[in-house]
Amino acid sequence: MDETLARKLRILADAAKYDASCASSGAPKRKAGADGLGSTTGAGICHAYTPDGRCVSLLKILLTNYCLFDCAYCVNRRSSNVARARFSVEEVVTLTVEFYKRNYIEGLFLSSGIIRSPDYTMEMLTRVAKKLRREHGFRGYIHLKSIPEASPWLIEEAGLYADRLSVNLELPTEASLNRLAPEKDGAAIEGAMGQIGERIVQAREEKRRFSPAGQSTQVIVGADATTDEALIRKSAFLYGSYGLKRVYYSAFSPIPDASSALPPKAPPLRREHRLYQADWLIRYYEFSPDDVAGASEGGMLSLDIDPKLAWALKNRHCFPVDVNRADREMLLRVPGLGARAVDAIVKARRHGRLRLDDVARLTSGLKRARPFLIAEDFRPTTLTDRLDLRATLAEPAEQLSLF
Amino acid sequence: MGAGTRTASPAAAGGKGGIHVAALGPGADLAGFRTAARRLIAAGIPPEAIVWQSETPSLFGADTAPAEAPPLALPRAVTDLIPMVVPHRDPERYGLLYALLWRVVRGERALMEVASDPLVHRLHRMRKAIARDLHKMHAFLRFRRLPGETERYAAWFEPDHHILEAAAPFFVDRFRNLAWSILTPEGCAHWNGALTFGPPGRREDLPEGDGFEAGWRDYYESTFNPARLNLDAMRAEMPRKYWRNMPETAAIPGLIRAAGARAQAMIERGPTIPEKRDPVRAVARMARDEPDSLVALNAIIARSEPLVPGATQAVLGEGPMGPAIAFVGEQPGDQEDRQGRPFVGPAGQLLARAMAEAGLDRSEAYLTNAVKHFKFSLRGKRRIHEKPTAGEVSHYRWWLERELGFVAPRLVVALGATAVLALTGKPVPITRARGPADFGRAFAGFITVHPSYLLRLPEAAKADAYRAFVDDLRRVAALVA
Repeated sequence: MDETLARKLRILADAAKYDASCASSGAPKRKAGADGLGSTTGAGICHAYTPDGRCVSLLKILLTNYCLFDCAYCVNRRSSNVARARFSVEEVVTLTVEFYKRNYIEGLFLSSGIIRSPDYTMEMLTRVAKKLRREHGFRGYIHLKSIPEASPWLIEEAGLYADRLSVNLELPTEASLNRLAPEKDGAAIEGAMGQIGERIVQAREEKRRFSPAGQSTQVIVGADATTDEALIRKSAFLYGSYGLKRVYYSAFSPIPDASSALPPKAPPLRREHRLYQADWLIRYYEFSPDDVAGASEGGMLSLDIDPKLAWALKNRHCFPVDVNRADREMLLRVPGLGARAVDAIVKARRHGRLRLDDVARLTSGLKRARPFLIAEDFRPTTLTDRLDLRATLAEPAEQLSLF
Repeated sequence: MGAGTRTASPAAAGGKGGIHVAALGPGADLAGFRTAARRLIAAGIPPEAIVWQSETPSLFGADTAPAEAPPLALPRAVTDLIPMVVPHRDPERYGLLYALLWRVVRGERALMEVASDPLVHRLHRMRKAIARDLHKMHAFLRFRRLPGETERYAAWFEPDHHILEAAAPFFVDRFRNLAWSILTPEGCAHWNGALTFGPPGRREDLPEGDGFEAGWRDYYESTFNPARLNLDAMRAEMPRKYWRNMPETAAIPGLIRAAGARAQAMIERGPTIPEKRDPVRAVARMARDEPDSLVALNAIIARSEPLVPGATQAVLGEGPMGPAIAFVGEQPGDQEDRQGRPFVGPAGQLLARAMAEAGLDRSEAYLTNAVKHFKFSLRGKRRIHEKPTAGEVSHYRWWLERELGFVAPRLVVALGATAVLALTGKPVPITRARGPADFGRAFAGFITVHPSYLLRLPEAAKADAYRAFVDDLRRVAALVA
């Protein structure tokens, strides 16, 4: 690989890393054709982990980090002094194919700064995907960032080649968008999400390819004053209205060349983690946004305990829960019991009453679950009434503060 | 691999009790285990009376070709589990699996559902270990290109369990058009259009480095965010034992060392003043470069590919701007596709005739289609028209919207169900909706049948239907008069 290309890669990978999404999941299982390259497994694969603990699954790069937009939180905003570079379509294709052949990556996650115009930029992104699919028979994963300001037919075309499309919301309220991302238009962003969502459903019905792994978005946490409750309500709305697969929460991170509108500070990693947990409760644990709101204080989730435990502590009258009799929905509310453990409990108890030892074999979270459940040979007595229960279950506050 | 079982204890000669030795091949001997388990179950030998030996191919060899016992009918959950436990390194794996089979065939058919059972729990954990080992091999194995003209790749990997054969199909599915070898301390897998397995490989058989490794390391370094250092999370997912075979991990110590200072520096440096001038004009010009005229829009449509492959060309709308009436049909037909003009085939000619009878001048109306490309199936040499699906109509609807926006007719006549779908986004039965309609747009609307419908009717019905169509056009004429 020559040094010019390597330099571009360094700049354009650095410029892309603030996008939290790395998933290569959700695409229908595909195998390489006789002359083709690449497959998808459904669940996705993380090919490496960087020391920030994040997975490297896709080659996540920008086509260019030149950008005409001036979003205060973004390292690539036009007023930033960072080094700039631009890949050609062929260069991105070469990097993707060569990295893929060495089993470094699952595919490509391509985004771009807006250059010349949104339409021009979107066409370039689509051209990369099209070339990979057409000329290289590439069946690996392709995630394209859609430019919401681009003409709708360009999004239609992108969906034909991508496994996943995403449009980043970045800021959850119109007021924050106006202040921090003046060129962005909230209505255009949600309009594009609506279009993509509708086309995904339609294409599935017609057994046609259009972004088969769905769409996702990202919101930045900590760049504005939006509360956790508002973020979760927004996410629940996005999941419900546009059929989003994922909402990514990205703790606002210091960037090399910060804007005076958003001075750099340590990223709120713990808060980001709690938001993911709450999001998980909404998607897999039958929690409503109201439940999450009820588990928070003044709209903010506790940093020292997870939101499920926070909900349980505020709703002690619902516990303890009998593992041998409670319905699935209630078992899902027990701190320490994951969805898989709950399913295993429901199955296993058909064949005999479960003792605490049995439950221990079905979950790795028994220590946290114990105060909240009843087994054949176990009752937590007065434990749920103890005032210090929170303290005994809370994580040490500094655990994730790695500065 | 040969698998033999024999009664090892003299007591067994008497036919009762005794210890049975089941000797299996090295590694993951699934076939051997299957054969042995079938026979032992058939003979009613309980788990505690069996000694399972593996890694000892020479001890009993294939001296007695084992007679096949009948297959066991087992629940799916059990047959799925067995191949996922057999590759485990634990020497007890076969004994544990046999104990499971024994209990299942003796009445505990639903045993796999009891995940809290200690045996099931242990087997589940073994399965999980194998799944993880497979996953990590699929994830962390790195190919290097071998020197030479022909493109060939090789990798060295050290799995925890005997998973080479189980892991190989993934690489076949993924790298089918490449030639590659995977070397492990237990054996090698080779693919060059066919998958073969061979004796153990050596790490030294691999070339040092590869033309893209440095670039990959650059990428790995650049995608790391020093403000988010989280080593526990990294190590949990990518334990140190894998590092030595992954070229990018050489960067880890340096990244960790510098992370704190890099993050601190970003915070301390604070905001900066932009050095470059604000590109005011470029920004102003950027805002939406949607086509600003019908000509510009048509250029985009003309160079786009058909959503369903096959059409010769996009067929654009035709007619004057700002007309009283625009007609929207379904899609170009065979003739339209060849000539590149709308409504020139039989249906178009029928429309022209009906318009003339209704007192409408065809040259004063704008004519276009909801879908811009001809979709057909081949029957012999004939191209038979196929109705566009709702998805195809949606795909094209943006253009129709913009097109009618530029043309700005006073009234739009939707010819047939596809046109109505394109204009309203909803499927509407024509027979009921026929007549004046509201498409929720700046122009008035009218719904009638597509002229091709008239061509398909039986002769007896044609005359009446045609008269009704002409009547519709007369009403349209009255509406814009």
